[in-house]
Amino acid sequence: MNLTREQVRGWGFVAPALVWTLAFFVVPFVVMGAMSLASLDGRTLVWTPSFANYIELSEKAYLVRSIFVSLEITLTVTIVSVLLAYPLAWIIAFRIPPKWQRLALLLAVLPFWTSYVVRSYSWLLVLSREGIVNDVLMGLGLTGEPVTLASTRFATVTGFVHFFVMLLTLTIYANLVQLSPNYRRAAMDLGASTFQTFWHVILPLTLPGIMTGAFLTFVLCIGDYMTPHILGGNNELTVPQVIMLQLGRRADFPLASALAIILMGIVTLAYLGFARWLKLDRI
Amino acid sequence: MRSLSWAYLVAAFGFIYLPVAALVLFSFQSGGLPVPPFEGPSLRWYADVIGDSDLMGALLNSLVVALFSGAVSVALGFCAAYGLARHHLPGSTLMRAVLIAPMTVSYLIVGLGLLIVLQRAGAGLSLWTVGIGHVVINLPLCFAIIYATMGAQQQNAERAARDLGANEAQVVLLVTVPMLAPAILAAFFLSVTFSWDEFIIAFLLSRFDVTLPVEIWSLLRSGLSPKLNAIGSLVFLISVAGVVALELLVFRKRQ
Repeated sequence: MNLTREQVRGWGFVAPALVWTLAFFVVPFVVMGAMSLASLDGRTLVWTPSFANYIELSEKAYLVRSIFVSLEITLTVTIVSVLLAYPLAWIIAFRIPPKWQRLALLLAVLPFWTSYVVRSYSWLLVLSREGIVNDVLMGLGLTGEPVTLASTRFATVTGFVHFFVMLLTLTIYANLVQLSPNYRRAAMDLGASTFQTFWHVILPLTLPGIMTGAFLTFVLCIGDYMTPHILGGNNELTVPQVIMLQLGRRADFPLASALAIILMGIVTLAYLGFARWLKLDRI
Repeated sequence: MRSLSWAYLVAAFGFIYLPVAALVLFSFQSGGLPVPPFEGPSLRWYADVIGDSDLMGALLNSLVVALFSGAVSVALGFCAAYGLARHHLPGSTLMRAVLIAPMTVSYLIVGLGLLIVLQRAGAGLSLWTVGIGHVVINLPLCFAIIYATMGAQQQNAERAARDLGANEAQVVLLVTVPMLAPAILAAFFLSVTFSWDEFIIAFLLSRFDVTLPVEIWSLLRSGLSPKLNAIGSLVFLISVAGVVALELLVFRKRQ
């Protein structure tokens, strides 16, 4: 292959970033894949490739369970977040005067910038036995005993939804305002009600944007360790929690790697699912 | 319809601000627990935070790692974007895909992979390894942002500079970088924010010197405390100041 001087120079610019990504991302990823086929004999690693980890994964109930728990939580969070964020983005885009929209949007996503670790913790203040919600409920005499809200799946989902509503409001808003107002005007002129305009015109036009946001939510949610760990308690574990458990207690890197590969697999499947949705929508 | 909209808006903002309000309010709690009843304002927990040398050390570590990894990410991302946008290279689609790839993988998996390789290689864990991990996750972001803003407009100016006798380094440093300054600054600020707030990679790849999120995490194990509220409120304040600075410095200028 004969490279021109121009191309050599181009390579020179790309090379540092490429080498960094290869050395610190691609190679570790391949090693992790190999590690998932190794096994642990006592404390020593055995590099004889086998699918023992994956077989163990399918046989141990708590490992299989964690995959379903993760999927259930992630799907609930994705759907609830979209349903809550869409009206909010709609109101900011179409009901608030343009002059105030940027401020309203900025305010709606400001808590996004609370520290990631502290964000889940701050929900504990609201949901714990002595927390604000129980304080209000008992103050109103609605309940005599504190309601258990923290250390439940409800708490995990609430913490996640709080974060992703902000993210999705941002992406859906961006989608809504770039639509030409002529679509809405035309639908209205032709006699469509507000709901019909939304259902038949705006929703289909913003569906690709919603799906992109929903996919982002899915990916970030299923890979998250902190929120379920702080808010979910120990009754049920998600996949990231099980991975961290393998690393901490037993230093079982092979099993952790196998779980990580499974997690990747789920994300890839989700991508294919979402991609098909988007394409179907375009036809 | 109008009142329904307002009701929804109020309810949504209530939901969004409820935990933040609880965090900030009870950081001023004079009692020992950050839950109702509020026993009156006090700054004792802020004093406690400022006086905690472990926390302050971690805060400094976080700043150093964030600024360093942000700078490296932007430098590498800019060079790659320049190389790919301005030169016709064989395999450029594949290279773009490789550079973007880390964005599609959970931080946990990026951290786990790096941890395995570093252990195999016998490298010790330190703030350096945390920084390496943070560059891995921020580089795709910087590359994507800067690559997307490299248009024909700058290319004409670059050609003009070259015709007037500028060498490649002069073209890049005196023409391209200044023209792309808003995008470069935005990429840098975003990287710094992500690194500053990142937990799982920092947790897996650090040992004795830790970053702020990891230090907060270890405080969290002892349960609810107004001290955590105070440090959380401080971090929130710093981040918001950063966002406002970005808004004023970068986005206002562009308009």
